[in-house]
Amino acid sequence: MTRFTDGEWHRLHPLTPLLKGGIAFIAIIAFILVNLRDILIESFLGDGRGGSEGEPLLWLAENGFVGLAVLAVLLFLVLFVVGFYISWRMHTFRITDEVVEVRSGILFRTHRRGRLDRIQGINIARPFLPRLFGAAKLEVNVAGQDANVQLEYLGSTAADELRREILRLASGTQAAASEVVDPSGTVIEQRVAEFIGPELDPTLVTEPQSVVKLHTGRLLGSLLLSGFTIFLIALVAGVAVGVSLTGSLGFLIPVIFGIIGTFRYYVTRFTKSLRYSIAGTPDGVRVGFGLLSTSNETLPPGRIHSVQVSQPIMWRIPGWWEIKVNRASTSSASGAAGQANTTILPVGNITDVRNVLALVLPGVDPDLLATALVSKGGDDGFINSPKRARVLRWFSWRRNGFALTDSAVLLRKGQIWRELVVVPQARMQSVALDQGPLLRRLRLAGLRFHTVAGPITPSIGAVDASIATEFFIKTADAAIVSSSSDTSHRWRSGEALA
Amino acid sequence: MTERLELPVAEWHRVSPKYVVVDVVGYIIFAAMILVPASLASFWIGFWWMWAITAALGVIFLITIVFTPRRVRSIGYALRDDDLLFRRGILFQRFVAIPYGRMQLVDINRGPLARALGLSELKFVTAAAASGVTIPGLPEQAAEELRDTLVSLAESRRAGL
Repeated sequence: MTRFTDGEWHRLHPLTPLLKGGIAFIAIIAFILVNLRDILIESFLGDGRGGSEGEPLLWLAENGFVGLAVLAVLLFLVLFVVGFYISWRMHTFRITDEVVEVRSGILFRTHRRGRLDRIQGINIARPFLPRLFGAAKLEVNVAGQDANVQLEYLGSTAADELRREILRLASGTQAAASEVVDPSGTVIEQRVAEFIGPELDPTLVTEPQSVVKLHTGRLLGSLLLSGFTIFLIALVAGVAVGVSLTGSLGFLIPVIFGIIGTFRYYVTRFTKSLRYSIAGTPDGVRVGFGLLSTSNETLPPGRIHSVQVSQPIMWRIPGWWEIKVNRASTSSASGAAGQANTTILPVGNITDVRNVLALVLPGVDPDLLATALVSKGGDDGFINSPKRARVLRWFSWRRNGFALTDSAVLLRKGQIWRELVVVPQARMQSVALDQGPLLRRLRLAGLRFHTVAGPITPSIGAVDASIATEFFIKTADAAIVSSSSDTSHRWRSGEALA
Repeated sequence: MTERLELPVAEWHRVSPKYVVVDVVGYIIFAAMILVPASLASFWIGFWWMWAITAALGVIFLITIVFTPRRVRSIGYALRDDDLLFRRGILFQRFVAIPYGRMQLVDINRGPLARALGLSELKFVTAAAASGVTIPGLPEQAAEELRDTLVSLAESRRAGL
């Protein structure tokens, strides 16, 4: 039993109102005070320079309403402080064995309850300013649109502890709660330690090592070689042609704005990817990133509905890949590189890809995946399209294929834009087989695998019709077997007592 | 034309032949909504190619309507031990397998015409939007029985997401 899991209602960090919106309020107060100072100076020097027009505060001073004005401001202040205080008092949360609950609001009460076995991920974000105050935002993602339970803000160590406790309760493990390590040192030392400390939870028994080192050079390179850059080059070329043809410089104005926007885009993506880390913990994959504002997300096992490894054509030469996943929840926090949080590896070489895939798809042979990525096709463990499919898949028919393992379906596509999609059978919602007139003439068919919505739509086209039919039945059966034996909603329930 | 896709399923349950009426009337209304304004516009403006487009659309609608009985016959479903199989389409064939444990809810819908003919439509929803399986043209009684069967099957095989 730890301090959060006693089934009682708890409050958030006392600085919450301030961090959530109070800073703007303070700025307004400061602005008023600065103005008042002018008035005070004025009244002491008293040379009556006049000029009260357009200066409401001066006007107040000259007409003897100072007392009233001060009173109004004070009243306003008191109301605000009381309001903040009440809203803080009324904003409570609790964690039981089954649910995590949050109550908030003064006049309009909301009460939100998330089931622990439906947790899709836990995210701890530390925006720069709250981070200075040692506060963090904890978000529990539950399956569904806008179904997240947010706790903002908590003390930084409290957030880490709470995450550990929620994961422990959600995992269904019988292991007792671990002792809480009290941070040592003065407040300042703690702040500094938190600020420069590693993002990964330091209290875990075995410190998880990030399996990927994202070098700054690679990060820059991946940004420069992105599809956006091609677009940019095309734009600049187009404008150059436009200017030289018409001789008018009017084209340049949008370009300048475009360049400013571009610069921002690159900088955001770059800073968001700094200090990227991904590691396996007993409670799932943990992805962290960020330099000043940090974010750290835990995806428990079985929360990844499909995985896509892809390689844009420009990344072919350096041999870089990107990994995306489909998840059942939508988080308000964005992922590494400022992209959607479904991108779990913004850029990595084949070794990084292997390491990440081993984390997110523990049941699938990483060798098979790694060879599948770069294979030119042929006899490589995949059932590839027949030769007659080359009418539809000009370059990729040799590589266009699928494979069924014990726990997942693998789909491989593309010779120019190489791509591999893996769908864990236990997460598959349904399977579809389709064939139009053109495919029928070629004795081919297409397969689709339905998962929760996300950036990936797992499908494979132009495979042999009879093989596809057979595979359709096989996958449908395999999906049932896998999902009925799946225990990942309580992922550690099988563990023995610790 | 080579063979159609066929699955090793002993027997497909077919939908009621009365559903042809619902589908045909639906198409006729839709066709009228497109063709009448198109014809009027062609009549007033009078370019020959506008007539051509209208005529082409008319032919497409006519073919669609003529093939409706065949298309309705192609709709079928089969209840296997652990999943529901669904098929439809003749030119564009589609088969879907939904495990019972994946069904999040089952809807029964009735349009005005279908209700007059005593037909209902069953719709299955899973966590994936793309699953989208709707069995039209079931007799009311059968639809309700099927829904109850499916809901109890889904309950006994409940899986997470």
